[in-house]
Amino acid sequence: MKEFLENKKRLNEKIKSVFIHECKPVIDRELLQSLPHLKVIANSGVGVDHLDLKLIASFGIKVTNTPHAVSDSTADIGMALMLASARRLVEGCQISVSPQTEHFAADWLGDEVTGATLGIIGMGSIGYKVAKRAKAFEMKILYHNRNQRKEEEEKAVGACYCEKMEDLLQQSDFVMLVVNLTPQTFRFIGKRELELMKPSATLINISRGAVVDQDALVEALQNGTIKAAALDVTYPEPLPRDHSLLKLKNIIITPHIGTATVQATRKMTEEAVANILAVLNGLTIPSEVIPIRCFREHTYALAYLL
Amino acid sequence: MEEQELPYVLIATIGGIDGVYEDHVEFLKKHFNLITMKQFHEHKSHLSEKIKAIYMWWNKPVANQELLSSLPNLKVIATGGAGVDHLDLKLISSFGVKVANTPIAVSNATADMGMALMLASARRIVEGCQIAVSPNTEYFAADWLGDEVTGATLGIIGMGRIGYKVAQRAKAFEMKILYHNRSQRKEEEEQAVGAIYCKNIDDLLLQSDFVMLCVNLTPQTEKLIGKKELEMMKPTATLINISRGLVVDQDALVEALQNGVIKAAALDVTYPEPLPRNHPLLTLKNIIITPHVGGSTTKSCRLVMENMVESILAALNGLPIPNEVNPPK
Repeated sequence: MKEFLENKKRLNEKIKSVFIHECKPVIDRELLQSLPHLKVIANSGVGVDHLDLKLIASFGIKVTNTPHAVSDSTADIGMALMLASARRLVEGCQISVSPQTEHFAADWLGDEVTGATLGIIGMGSIGYKVAKRAKAFEMKILYHNRNQRKEEEEKAVGACYCEKMEDLLQQSDFVMLVVNLTPQTFRFIGKRELELMKPSATLINISRGAVVDQDALVEALQNGTIKAAALDVTYPEPLPRDHSLLKLKNIIITPHIGTATVQATRKMTEEAVANILAVLNGLTIPSEVIPIRCFREHTYALAYLL
Repeated sequence: MEEQELPYVLIATIGGIDGVYEDHVEFLKKHFNLITMKQFHEHKSHLSEKIKAIYMWWNKPVANQELLSSLPNLKVIATGGAGVDHLDLKLISSFGVKVANTPIAVSNATADMGMALMLASARRIVEGCQIAVSPNTEYFAADWLGDEVTGATLGIIGMGRIGYKVAQRAKAFEMKILYHNRSQRKEEEEQAVGAIYCKNIDDLLLQSDFVMLCVNLTPQTEKLIGKKELEMMKPTATLINISRGLVVDQDALVEALQNGVIKAAALDVTYPEPLPRNHPLLTLKNIIITPHVGGSTTKSCRLVMENMVESILAALNGLPIPNEVNPPK
């Protein structure tokens, strides 16, 4: 961007693609107008909630993401958070190194993951990979999705479809959010949903912060409506340093590291490059993001994120 | 007809930091007359002949010469958990007392812990949590990366019940699984988890991204992982220990972690537990330590307790004892 801004006149007609990493550069009308030959915006990562898809489409520019590159590492983080939360790993590490620790208490217990019930909300590629991993822990797997998966797919991971999200919420020991952020999923886990969950249940979020009503979550955690939460995502990121979520004992928060592995970042770049080359060469695009129809709702959702 | 008295069973204490759990007491009292060590000392002459079993919870009460000599009718010691390295099996056997542990009850929870430690270490979860809550955090750095577990190579040293369960879990993460064991497992068992036998431990150490110790502690496995073994590991590898602290030469581990001989370690067990507060392991940045909680879930501890009760009842009724530990030859 620095070089572009310094040599706009010379470069603006040459630039045919934009590669977005960690949501930068920001795509606004000004940038789009200054790049007359822009063909594609290739996002590194799967979420595109930070992009104004309607605006970009109006310029005739395609958008791509990298769903394949991120799915393993994000599914791994979902499992890592569930295990860390259930087994009180972060707390345990603090005890091990604390200057006050004289002995280890025998009555310090966590919850068993093996054989527990996992409810996966959002059974796309990441959700399905979570299910595969959870199956090896002999977990009972429930899932809620816009559409039911094929029978063979369900059988392969032993997953039971819950057409009603309520059924999943009421039965799960661990609820994992693996949806993308859309107008339909915006704050769809709120006070009502949290109250439907078991008081012994844990909420795990590896999707987007805005999928959860954060104020409702604070209240639910403070009052024991649910037992605990483990979040890789919040809104904003990072949270303001005086945010209530940071003070709670029954929560662990990681700094949006779902795809933060050497391997995943490399794969994301490779996938983004492949998308760019496909667009520029007029070939089938591996991972094009089609703008949704209800643009009005989309911009409404974006306004809340600002 | 005279009502049969419930058998007298010796325990350390009830409640507190290392006593028998309060919510297990109801079940225990259905089957036993529980006698605490305090009560035993206060009424020794009256109780010493009545006590037929020791219910050893978190390795207490300690079965030493003095205690064993004062319990002439002791038949069995039931100890919670899989390990028996805290027991002098030879001494106990010399008194004609049987021993039972609970290897099955803790196996799921311990395998889960192994996976939890591997994932937490690889993805820098503990560090990440600190960043997320730190007062100094203004933004999340983009170049802050961890290592991928999916598709990496896991070397399991000790493919018993727990090691095999670790393999079952790791397979779902598409890990390449190598294992080293006293004896090779059956082919179907290997195939079910996609595990490859390394007769020579060196082969496993040289190739693994994660090395997980799942052996029990015996004279053969004490300091199994020392300077030589750590140097054979990849400099990008992580050592995970869910067995016993003494299986690792801790001084060699400190050095290896300080010098980048291996990348990181994740330990649920050390020696002693806890470590002295000035121990070098506590100051290293590339280590996570949990307070020996491998079997510590509500569900598993309850199962351990029930298994111990079963073993004691079997022993006292002259029946075969589930999970009997054979005395050393």
